[in-house]
Amino acid sequence: MTIIEISSTWAFLVPPNWNLPILPPLRIGSAPLMRFYEFEARQIVELAGIPVTKYGFCKTADEARQAAEEIGGPVVIKSQVLSGGRMKAGGVKFADTPDEAAAHAEDILQLEINGQMPRGVLVDPKAEVKQEYYASVVWDGTAKKPLMLFSDMGGIDIEEVAETHPDHVGKGHVTNLMPIPDFEAKQTIAATGVTGSQLNRATPILAKLARLFRDYDMTLAEINPLAELTDGSFVALDAHMEMENEAVGRQKVLLRKQLEIAEDDTRETYEPSEFERNVAAIDAADHRGVIQGKDHGFSGNLGLVIGAGGGSLTLTDAVRSQNGRPANYSEIGGNPSVAKACGLAKEVLEKDGVEKIAVMMSIVSNTRVDIVARGVIKACLELDKDPAETIAIFRIPGAWEDEGFKILDRYGVEYCDRSVSMWEAAGRAVAKIQGEAASA
Amino acid sequence: MSILLNRDTTFIVQGITGREAVNLTRECLDYGSKVVGGVTPGRKGREVHGVPVFDTVAQAVEHHGGPIDGSVVTVPPAFTKDAVFEAILNGIKLIVIVTERIPRRDVAQMVELAEIEGARIIGPNCLGLIVPDVCKMGGIGGPARDAAKSYAPGPVGVMSRSGGMTTEISSSLTQAGLGVSTAVSIGGDAIIGSAYAELMPYFEADEETQAIVIYTEPGGRMEAQLAQWVAANDSRLPIVAFMAGKFMDDEEMKGMSFGHAGTIVEGVEDTATEKIARLEAAGIRVVERIDEIPAAVKEKLAA
Repeated sequence: MTIIEISSTWAFLVPPNWNLPILPPLRIGSAPLMRFYEFEARQIVELAGIPVTKYGFCKTADEARQAAEEIGGPVVIKSQVLSGGRMKAGGVKFADTPDEAAAHAEDILQLEINGQMPRGVLVDPKAEVKQEYYASVVWDGTAKKPLMLFSDMGGIDIEEVAETHPDHVGKGHVTNLMPIPDFEAKQTIAATGVTGSQLNRATPILAKLARLFRDYDMTLAEINPLAELTDGSFVALDAHMEMENEAVGRQKVLLRKQLEIAEDDTRETYEPSEFERNVAAIDAADHRGVIQGKDHGFSGNLGLVIGAGGGSLTLTDAVRSQNGRPANYSEIGGNPSVAKACGLAKEVLEKDGVEKIAVMMSIVSNTRVDIVARGVIKACLELDKDPAETIAIFRIPGAWEDEGFKILDRYGVEYCDRSVSMWEAAGRAVAKIQGEAASA
Repeated sequence: MSILLNRDTTFIVQGITGREAVNLTRECLDYGSKVVGGVTPGRKGREVHGVPVFDTVAQAVEHHGGPIDGSVVTVPPAFTKDAVFEAILNGIKLIVIVTERIPRRDVAQMVELAEIEGARIIGPNCLGLIVPDVCKMGGIGGPARDAAKSYAPGPVGVMSRSGGMTTEISSSLTQAGLGVSTAVSIGGDAIIGSAYAELMPYFEADEETQAIVIYTEPGGRMEAQLAQWVAANDSRLPIVAFMAGKFMDDEEMKGMSFGHAGTIVEGVEDTATEKIARLEAAGIRVVERIDEIPAAVKEKLAA
């Protein structure tokens, strides 16, 4: 049997003639998805009525021995981490006896993979496989429907199959509104040339996978390999699931009751920084407006107090393209209070290496310019810094700008209105911080 | 002229008694839009800035005495699907969904029902659309006085995945003496009712529109879809695009989402670099700097 490392969310269908390689996504940081361990994905598949092999989820070597005894015969021991590359890292091992299984489990349980300690190990029988298939469901954002993918070349990366053997990949959309009919799955499988009892056995499995994808608000539901055993039966040998974060609230029965996942188990792949935690806490303390801050991957000297969503993306690019070095990324949205704007600015100013801040947004209609101005000036004063020196530029045009500009005038802060573009404002901030470095 | 809206467009606001919806209603009325009713279950008989509130969309239609063209939906995410179904099945053909954080399944269901019933959805997670000096539907541009400052009538159609950037770009077009025919904040989610390519036929049919500006971000395939549409339809409209979030292509940013929910990059095709290449291959001018947009549009219009 082949053990497959599921490397990627093969997220969307590749439009015809666009056979580009697809990178495995690395979900670092604030993943917008709820990710599942393999043993949980296995449970989800089972709940949907798809047959799986008898397996054991074990937290100790003794439990692994017991599981191997119950299964009988050769087994596979797999590390339970939220990371690809388990096989390469030594997180997957084969055992012929329960003692060997226990020894491997002992090793794997202490093995860190990509910075993660395993939650446990999965003990699986080494199945007698006749043929491996691939089945998955993902969102097609262009068609706005779930998309089923099926291949009779399972066990290997589906991206590779799609590229080298496109005729071995069946694709078919699923209705959003009707109960999902079996025939949609049948059509998808038949497109790969699979017929006979294999077609009839695989059809309900793919249909059930599509139903669980839709019912449980998944963004990915994948079985690879889906195995046809020597006795002709089909089982899911490995499964991979991801749920949309927006739906976590309404999937409590599955998450809390059936899978017993704790509320605070958010499955982030990196530990949020102190800055990120502090900004989140300031945001949570006050319901008015929204602030967000990230500094993962940033280490410059120019602090960014910026907004809103698209404006922040544009401004971060503008600073970097003009050779500025942002210390962080942030987003101001809605109409935050003075305290909130002040809190964000203070957090940015207190980051290591930050010399000045740039306060910039795209034209605002909801956020009030004067409130943000008050907030950032207050932050400077509370930290014993001169606002005129500390705020490299203030470029927020829009609602209440005259009031805001009056306050900025009083403290000698350089500001500009919409006649100065976001690009130019970012450039001025960079020039100021670099000019100071040059003259120092 | 314009797309989707005109001087006579009537619409309701679903969730009208919410704080944000009350402001939005004021703004739209001040701008000259015809807000003919509002719906909040259990609040029948109230008024919001003189607009009558009903329990159901059917009551609003009955009170109006004929079909209502549109609805701005501002209800919380858990109730949005029901509200949109109610609007569609009461004959409303243009629906702007302001609400964010709606699960994709619900969005996909709303879009499929809209398709069946011949309705169009803008959003979710958007600020709506505006025809300068004529009508605005949603919070786009803010209070009427501010909207007037940013939006003057002109030949450029604007489509943007960011609500704020819709106004920023339109304002720069207005300052440059160009102006806007219709600006649409299409929404920042992974699945939206109307992507660029789906709105292109409307702009194509609008005589006033002479050029298109789009604001785009990493994540999703809607830029590739637009490139395909342009190649397949021999469009008369020159397009200028601006791509934000290029820093997200950096190795250490992989897999992170910034700005909007839809910016999650799920494959190499979703990256800024790849999208820029796609758009350029279709003859779309992609400007490097946000402030190059007006000049690029003028150049295209002169060509």
